[in-house]
Amino acid sequence: MTTALPSSKKSSRRVIPGFHFTLYFTLIYLLLIVLVPLGGLFVKTASLSWSQFWEVVLSARVLASFRVTFGSALVASLINIVFGLITAWVLVRYHFWGKRIVDAFIDLPFALPTAVAGITLTSLLAPNGWVGQYLAPLGIKAAYSQLGIVLALTFIGLPFVVRSVQPVLEALSKDTEEAAESLGASRGQVFFRVILPEILPAVLTGFTLAFARTVGEYGSVIFISGNMPMQTEIIPLLIVSKLEQYDYSGATAIASVMLVVSFVLLLLSNFLQARAARKLGAA
Amino acid sequence: MPKKTALLTVFLASSALAAGTTLLNVSYDPTRELYQDINAAFAKKWKAQTGQDLTLNQSHGGSGAQARSVIDGLEADVVTLALSYDIDSIADKAKLLPENWQSRLAYNSSPYTSTIVFLVRKGNPKNIKDWDDLTKNGVQVITPNPKTSGGARWNFLGAWGYALKKYKTEAKAKDFVQKIYKNVPVLDSGARGSTTTFVERGIGDVLIAWENEALLATKQLGEGKFEIVAPSLSILAEPPVTWVDKNVEKHGTQKLAKAYLEFLYSAEGQEIAAKNYYRPRSKTVAAKYDAQFPRVKLFTLQSVFGNWRDTQKKYFNDGGVFDQIYQK
Repeated sequence: MTTALPSSKKSSRRVIPGFHFTLYFTLIYLLLIVLVPLGGLFVKTASLSWSQFWEVVLSARVLASFRVTFGSALVASLINIVFGLITAWVLVRYHFWGKRIVDAFIDLPFALPTAVAGITLTSLLAPNGWVGQYLAPLGIKAAYSQLGIVLALTFIGLPFVVRSVQPVLEALSKDTEEAAESLGASRGQVFFRVILPEILPAVLTGFTLAFARTVGEYGSVIFISGNMPMQTEIIPLLIVSKLEQYDYSGATAIASVMLVVSFVLLLLSNFLQARAARKLGAA
Repeated sequence: MPKKTALLTVFLASSALAAGTTLLNVSYDPTRELYQDINAAFAKKWKAQTGQDLTLNQSHGGSGAQARSVIDGLEADVVTLALSYDIDSIADKAKLLPENWQSRLAYNSSPYTSTIVFLVRKGNPKNIKDWDDLTKNGVQVITPNPKTSGGARWNFLGAWGYALKKYKTEAKAKDFVQKIYKNVPVLDSGARGSTTTFVERGIGDVLIAWENEALLATKQLGEGKFEIVAPSLSILAEPPVTWVDKNVEKHGTQKLAKAYLEFLYSAEGQEIAAKNYYRPRSKTVAAKYDAQFPRVKLFTLQSVFGNWRDTQKKYFNDGGVFDQIYQK
């Protein structure tokens, strides 16, 4: 019994000192970096009574902007599922000149300050911009509308889907596809019944990460949205405008709703992934 | 214990001496160019008087955000913000300066003023002359969001004050201002953002702007592409300045901070303000630059609205008049 599986023997040498040390380190690190700051948010919110809290969170303007924010983030993340998947597919399955450069481009939305992205997109899509000037005569209002928000969020969310799906596609062996084809499966069947189930957990991860990230996006959206109350105001803007009147607890009330939603989403994603993985294992 | 205290005193005194020649001016967005000029001139003057070299640092951002930074611990020696409400908040929330700070320097602690005017495209195609024209159908108005921009609050109050004077009742003034905001397609979060939307993106027929921003836009951004239209009546915008008592005590910069702010009132300081398109308080300097500023009848915030604390609460806080305009 000399298998080198890491979980098999206690005696196997560990690179980093012991389980207890690393676990405590992880917990303390999480506590300091994540939980304490976020806990502060809830403590600040707690200075409101429940009725005050609901009054802030359920006011017409806040509800309208929840709709705008979550709606736009949802649409943008769905767009990214489709096009992120295609992008990842191309990068994994084909070889072409300049592939490394294209691959590097994917991460640009990660690296670029989001305000720069917002200003650039706005100047492109404004009625006098390169793209906007052709859209305006068609009656399409790209900048300063919800469409603009969706476009900005699509830009911001793209790398999440591509980078989640890419490694799974790479690991996927071609054998099963070829087997399916030799058994007479159509291309559609191969995709939906062979490939998709394999990459579905990764797609879900990408989707959730993109969604959670874009819900809180401020920099890129603020320039392109037009910020019209009840129409194109995003939640982070309302938080800023609460702060502007020194209403810290009101701002944290809205922020804590965002936090809870994001956390629930991430939990849900983990759950779906686990389930999808189990199904695959069973099959 | 006495030894410790003595050591501490020496340490504090030496650090005060070392820091005594450094000043941090926390200001708002459009004053960047103004304070670059002021700092250069003041450092030169101070050097001539005392032989000391000064380090003058400036920080810019949205007025409210800057005030929050100071409240949260940014050690500003002097603050030069867009609204006295923001400095009031520093006094109220962080107790860094006395509540009556505004009476410490001349003219309500506002060494220079500005007002709200209109910027239109060349030739004034929509023939905009006064506030009434902003309520017309088919006129697109660009102004930032009063919830996030100090400058935008002056815009709002300028329109309100005009309407109140002309139509007498508050209800009619509200109606009037509501009509203007119906014509607003984009509410940027700050004054510079609105200028960009109007000038660079080509959106809107008229920009409601600080006079100094409008002059800057006509002189520097697009010579000959824009025109300034002065309304018949507008608000006197008084951006206030003061030193932050707790911080200057800590830094040993009381004298320096005071001298710096008083320099703003001197003939030289007033001249620099005028060159940066701010209206000087000094009558002689004002006379010299008279041709530069459009003629507008002005009313003060005090005369129509009272103080900033009440104005902020009534008009711009959540559920206030501005929210009602958008929520009916």
